[in-house]
Amino acid sequence: MALVEIKNLHKSFGSNHVLRGIDFTVEQGEVVCVIGPSGSGKSTLLRCVNLLEVPEVGEVFVRGEDITDRDCHLDAARQQIGMVFQQFNLFPHLSVLANCTVAQTSVLKRGKAEAEQIARANLDRVGLNEKVTAYPMQLSGGQQQRVAIARALSMDPALMLFDEPTSALDPELVGDVLTVMRKLALDGMTMLVVTHEMAFAREVADRVVFMDAGVIVEQGPPAEVIGNPKEERTRTFLRRVLDPTHVEPTP
Amino acid sequence: MTTDTATRPAASDADRPGPIKAVPVRHPGRWVAIAIIAVLAAMLVHLLVTNKAFDWDFVFQAMNQKPVINGFLKGTLLVTVLSMVVGVAGGVILAVMRLSDNPILSGVAWLFTWFFRSIPRYILLFTMGTLGILFQQGISFGVPFDWKIIDWLGLSGDWRFFTLDANQIFTGLVAGVIGLGLSEAAYMAEIARAGILSVDKGQAEAAQALGMSSGKVMRRVVLPQAMRVIVPPTGNETIAMLKDTSLLLAVPVLGELFYQLQSIGSTYYKTFPIAVAATLYYLAATSVLMVGQYFLERHFGRGFGTQAPRAARPAGAGGA
Ligand SMILES: Nc1ncnc2c1ncn2[C@@H]1O[C@H](COP(=O)(O)OP(=O)(O)OP(=O)(O)O)[C@@H](O)[C@H]1O
Ligand SMILES: [Mg+2]
Repeated sequence: MALVEIKNLHKSFGSNHVLRGIDFTVEQGEVVCVIGPSGSGKSTLLRCVNLLEVPEVGEVFVRGEDITDRDCHLDAARQQIGMVFQQFNLFPHLSVLANCTVAQTSVLKRGKAEAEQIARANLDRVGLNEKVTAYPMQLSGGQQQRVAIARALSMDPALMLFDEPTSALDPELVGDVLTVMRKLALDGMTMLVVTHEMAFAREVADRVVFMDAGVIVEQGPPAEVIGNPKEERTRTFLRRVLDPTHVEPTP
Repeated sequence: MTTDTATRPAASDADRPGPIKAVPVRHPGRWVAIAIIAVLAAMLVHLLVTNKAFDWDFVFQAMNQKPVINGFLKGTLLVTVLSMVVGVAGGVILAVMRLSDNPILSGVAWLFTWFFRSIPRYILLFTMGTLGILFQQGISFGVPFDWKIIDWLGLSGDWRFFTLDANQIFTGLVAGVIGLGLSEAAYMAEIARAGILSVDKGQAEAAQALGMSSGKVMRRVVLPQAMRVIVPPTGNETIAMLKDTSLLLAVPVLGELFYQLQSIGSTYYKTFPIAVAATLYYLAATSVLMVGQYFLERHFGRGFGTQAPRAARPAGAGGA
């Protein structure tokens, strides 16, 4: 059984039909990168996977459970899905450690000591074990994003969603975050990553999905989709992104 | 300003203004103002110390009377605290209701706010004092229309769980606290709503994505951040509430500070020293509240730096 299965997903904002029938699966342990032009609906697709956006048509199955079903326990489903946002969205009123424990204690009902131990282990994993007492404002963007990853990991998710995790970062900070994500992929984490980092997608992804205008145009191994795209739209997009005059931050 | 000439490139020497003759700036206006204020201050001190109408001995004696002290502690301080507890709790609940997707909840909250904001507090308190007439059998909590249902089922007895004596509730401090608290809740609702709306939507989304229920999202993530916006106006509301406790006379609450002072004043035919005594009490209490507000603001400002609002800070700036 696929970890995530999306069937015939449609989503509109008013008259703007953003997702126009998406069918798509993510297998356990797979790293899937979603690429595509701005406004093509990548973020919307990702946000439908944990129902931050509610689709009008279609189903989203997580471990076989339809989370678009009204009877589904949505909060329980969301616990298994970690999400990392472009703007980090750390809780500014909580210390780094408390950011990583608040959901553990209040949702998973873990004891304080256990939650802190797990949080420290995950902060260690992202290379920030000495920042536990700091507040998010006192960290650089790259550090904040790594805390956000540790916060999500502390809930022991089965799947991690990343929405352009490095797009808000200064170029020299991108590498640290991508290193953490690469390590996570090697550890076998199932990941669904919206990104403009083609080098990362090519290296880490098991599968690349190219989206345009609310549909999946093409998907397959990175060597095929990025290296040798079949569709004209994919080629146009990649030509624009990989254009030598177009400055891309390299990890 | 001189920046214009300073930055203009390559002007010839002749065009340049000569060296500035530096003369220390004098502030004649400032000295005049200081002199005037000094004279006024001296006059005030003179008035306070020498004018017999102040009758300071009587002022402090009146302030020291047991009923007056009680009036201050219970009528002023206790009622302020209790009314603000009711007001803040009610206001936050109303604000959350107002912002909910459920039209019934938000409608009820709107109606409540409309009603209590429309009535002057003095009249509201007067009304609270008379409400006992509505519930001459006492106020019962139980199944509505229970006698009808019981009748229909052919049973006897009643389904009321407990009954309160309305004439006890709608008198004195309790009526005052209910009246002031509900009225305050209507105002606090707007303040709390503004506070909740000031928190970035991404915060609630991040908390939801971690599996928190909407109640937890509110309590653990949104409200603590909204407090930063809610606390300063709430401090003002508290100070206003402190002063509005003098309206308790409408209920009536005879233990109220100013009523007690006035009754002393009328006994001894001294009205002005009584006004001074009341003023001193309110000045002292308000000053204490302002200190409290400072510490609350500092507490809820944690993690937000000192000046820069969060949104204004570019990602990746600062830090190690
Ligand atoms: N909350 C919203 N309300 C209205 N329209 C929205 C909302 N969120 C997204 N949209 C619209 O949906 C479309 C797709 O947005 P989406 O954010 O999914 O694109 P994207 O592929 O992630 O683009 P980008 O690469 O710029 O992040 C856009 O036209 C956007 O304006
Ligand atoms: Mg996006």
